[in-house]
Amino acid sequence: MKNYESVIVLTPVLSDDQLKETVKKFRELITEHGGEIIHEDNWGLTKLAYPIQKKSTGFYHIFEYKAPGTIVAPLELALKRDERIMRFLTVSLDKHGVIYNQRKRNGEFKQASKGASAATAVAPGTKVTIEEEENNG
Amino acid sequence: MAKRNKRGNFLFNTTPTGVSTKKYCRFKKNGIKYIDYKDPDFLLKFLNEQGKLLPRRITGTSLKYQRKVAQAVKRGRHVAILPYVADSLK
Repeated sequence: MKNYESVIVLTPVLSDDQLKETVKKFRELITEHGGEIIHEDNWGLTKLAYPIQKKSTGFYHIFEYKAPGTIVAPLELALKRDERIMRFLTVSLDKHGVIYNQRKRNGEFKQASKGASAATAVAPGTKVTIEEEENNG
Repeated sequence: MAKRNKRGNFLFNTTPTGVSTKKYCRFKKNGIKYIDYKDPDFLLKFLNEQGKLLPRRITGTSLKYQRKVAQAVKRGRHVAILPYVADSLK
């Protein structure tokens, strides 16, 4: 048994019922193949970074599950065949990924904000030096 | 020109006052072991305005985590959380 995480992007043209039905279909597919769903996350209608199939938004749904490796091929085949799915990505999680997801679920964002402050401190510094370089040249 | 560029790179990561500070890997320092590809705001720190990955010599990331950053950015691009090409990301 391995830990997996699948992100699926559904077309924005679906109604609420169709959306739930599609998600349900894949949830059942996972459990049918001996998978055990740990967590599900729905981002709702989200703006895409670039258009896919001429659509600029999509419904994001994320499954986190524990399953044998034999699940991946049939699941991805089903995702590929389903026209309601615009994009999908299945990733196997290492132990750090499992811990990270757990902490994220518990709402521990303190670490992330720490990293953010450090980054903003670095960014202006680099910009200034670039300007200096130009002045010197 | 090459020499000046080299000097310019040497000046990266200095504070506005011109005092040079040692670069460090933020993952090692903060004990971050997993880089989430679903978090665009965090990954944006490792991209330039065009959405390209920034080199290690600017961000200070260690090789081990630079590989993971690259992997996460590529995954993010695939699921349209990050753009492949952009004009003004920042």
